[in-house]
Amino acid sequence: MKFLRDLLDKQKPLFQKGGKLENLYYLYEAGETFLFSPKHTTAPRGAQVKDAIDLKRMMITVVIAMIPCLLFGIYNTGHMHYLAVGEAASFGDKFILGLTLVLPIVIVAYAAGGLVEAVFAVVRKHPINEGFLVTGMLIPLVVPATTPLWQVALATIFAVVIAKEVFGGTGMNILNVAMTARAFLYFAYPAQISGDQVWTYLGDKTPVDGFSGATALSVAYQSGQEGVDAASNLASHNSAIMDNMFGFANMFFGFIPGSIGETSTLMVLLGAAILLFTGVASWKIMLSAFGGAYIMAAIMQLLAVNEFMAMPAHYHLVMGGIAFGIVFMATDPVSAAQTESGKWVYGLLIGVLTIIIRVTNPAYPEGIMLAVLFMNVFAPLIDHYVVKANKKRRLQRATV
Amino acid sequence: MSKQIKLKKGFDIRLVGKAENKIGDFQPVKTFAIKPTDFIGMRRPKVIVKEGDTVKAGSPILFDKKLEKVQYVAPVSGEIVEIKRGEKRKLLEIKILADSEINFENFEKFTEADIAAASREKLVDHMTATGVWPQIIQRPYGVVADPEDEPKNIFISCFDTHPLAPDYDFLLKGQANYFQAGINVLKKLTKGGVFLGLSGESKSSEMANIQGVETNYFSGPHPAGNVGVQIHHIAPINKGETIWTLNPYGVVQIGKLFTNGHYDASKLIALTGSEIKTPVYAQTYIGSCVDSYVAGNTNSDNVRVVSGNVLTGEKIKRDGYLGFYDHQLTAIPEGDYYEFLGWMKPTTEKLSYHKALGLLSFLYPKKEYALDSNVRGEERAFVQTGVFESVTPMDIYPVYLLKAIMAEDFDEMEELGIYEVIEEDLALCEFVDVSKHPVQEIVRKGIELIQFS
Repeated sequence: MKFLRDLLDKQKPLFQKGGKLENLYYLYEAGETFLFSPKHTTAPRGAQVKDAIDLKRMMITVVIAMIPCLLFGIYNTGHMHYLAVGEAASFGDKFILGLTLVLPIVIVAYAAGGLVEAVFAVVRKHPINEGFLVTGMLIPLVVPATTPLWQVALATIFAVVIAKEVFGGTGMNILNVAMTARAFLYFAYPAQISGDQVWTYLGDKTPVDGFSGATALSVAYQSGQEGVDAASNLASHNSAIMDNMFGFANMFFGFIPGSIGETSTLMVLLGAAILLFTGVASWKIMLSAFGGAYIMAAIMQLLAVNEFMAMPAHYHLVMGGIAFGIVFMATDPVSAAQTESGKWVYGLLIGVLTIIIRVTNPAYPEGIMLAVLFMNVFAPLIDHYVVKANKKRRLQRATV
Repeated sequence: MSKQIKLKKGFDIRLVGKAENKIGDFQPVKTFAIKPTDFIGMRRPKVIVKEGDTVKAGSPILFDKKLEKVQYVAPVSGEIVEIKRGEKRKLLEIKILADSEINFENFEKFTEADIAAASREKLVDHMTATGVWPQIIQRPYGVVADPEDEPKNIFISCFDTHPLAPDYDFLLKGQANYFQAGINVLKKLTKGGVFLGLSGESKSSEMANIQGVETNYFSGPHPAGNVGVQIHHIAPINKGETIWTLNPYGVVQIGKLFTNGHYDASKLIALTGSEIKTPVYAQTYIGSCVDSYVAGNTNSDNVRVVSGNVLTGEKIKRDGYLGFYDHQLTAIPEGDYYEFLGWMKPTTEKLSYHKALGLLSFLYPKKEYALDSNVRGEERAFVQTGVFESVTPMDIYPVYLLKAIMAEDFDEMEELGIYEVIEEDLALCEFVDVSKHPVQEIVRKGIELIQFS
């Protein structure tokens, strides 16, 4: 690796103060520190040794945790296509078709976001933030495979600028960046991210008779409207192309239409296992959010006035993006509650709100997106009261 | 009533090179230095000796114009060979070339009854004039105590949980009498109590039989031995209160002063760290030059010599001087190298509190590490949450406190507990920090903001 090091050292003066490309220093630095961890040593006073962790390593851990979802999403995109058009295809065919659809989205998201990061780093003179490694992967996983690439680019740019950079970059943002991108798409271009037609890529082929591209959530919602039993309605849905597509087990495994990364609860749980084992994400948030969702769904079931509400509570946990949202979005440490007891409240309310939005709001069959964004806004308030309690304890024992 | 307090939060940094419990033979140390920079909070140091003067052990050489009563004295007898100043004539070091045999200033001796009969004022005057007073550190702020104050309590932690810390049972062996005498003096300085913190894990300590104190036992990982943590669990510091703390060495020194009438600056120091060839203890005096211990005794040349431990210590030169309050010298490799893809390479050689991708040190809970001084990453904004809390066994929110300091929000700092901490209490946060903040520097900045506001 010496030649790389030599190359970098040779170019360094160009970018340093007084060099020709001094303005681009942080771009150079981003590349340099990506290849080589720097040779900085600790300050003369204070901790003389440091933990081996840094933000790059933490962020790459999250990216790794998302890879099961990404791979499964790629496969499932192809799988859904061939199911819908009624053609038999090998595993490889499905995967390659999925790859041709998903990979461009990933590349566009990284490129668009990376560009914004780079521009801000140069203009605002701050280092390029690793947070983008995660955002750039999250955004593709929460959009349908049919999303136009320009929309992906636009949403990414919007989210990185408005949700993050205007606040000062990674660590300063209030909203989860990837969720903001999705919300932007949802409200700006609803035709491409909602309804029954966007979840399955058809290409120029016609689907088989009786095919419906609806998601499980909208089928369940329809059951409520039509007064038919939700579970059996789900089970019999799309029987033209597959038996029991929206059965609990199949929804858990994820061979269903939906956004690229969200469909498989199993893969999400695999990612969750990585995040929890490495300690990168908070188990408190995950547990309380899943718990809150289940409890709320059970309450809904008790109070059921329609068939959607009467749907078994555990169905909610494998439908739509709730699992993905809880595991990868709600646990974003920057936008989540930051105190340990606050995390319980924050997670619980995300779960509860998701189900309330799903079941009672006819306009948005998916609740996790708004629940996470809403609780992002409220997280500082939760923390405020937790910290206030700490201050109060301190004040009470004082005598003066 | 003694309490057993078990602390769960914290982290032990396990390093190679713990000193063996024996005293090594080294070349006698020639020079000693008092560094005013060791006394945090000393604002206007004034030297009262000139180069060429001869001093005895216990002769005043320095005082702080803001705290004139407190004398800082020569640790050894000899000649003042250099008064080193830095930029803007900042006083850096007062160097003394030591006599081969130490001559002591003779001070008044006290029997146990004398101490019991003496007035508080007399004891304080005696201590401030003879050089032992700077052993008393005041909380809040972690600065040399003001003799005009009367503390609510006095706290002494009799063990050290810092990385490679010296074994205090070894340091204090056979000193229990002096320690008791020191305690007798200290007891007269406060209307409250004198509290000893002992390790709940180690075998019987001589300190367990000390009379007139309240003894509490602490167990758990570092920072269980930090006096700040112990205070927090016994009688936390509130706004407006003053508490004094001492290292057991200081208590012994006070005891020797009153018993023998001498300012005795002799101390045992632990030579530790992966780069020290033979990690043992050495017999020396306060402010010892370290070259006798380092020269020819390190495994390589690119070594960082630290006065104190690797969490709270200070980098010194190979021929530098040990800090006034330090009982330990640590030598670790300098980490001034690039590492290819160092941020994602799996490693079992680097210690981490975390378990993120490729950080495998959690698999070896007993392994000792040879850590170097590389920062291992770049400074970033706060991202990860909950980590600082998990290494701080106090009811405090470190990140909120640090942010309040950064924002210079005085009310927030007070409410969040700035009075309860000094640098060492949050030093572990600096180690485990994903975003590599200079936590201890920030804490000191906050303390100074509050102290001088």
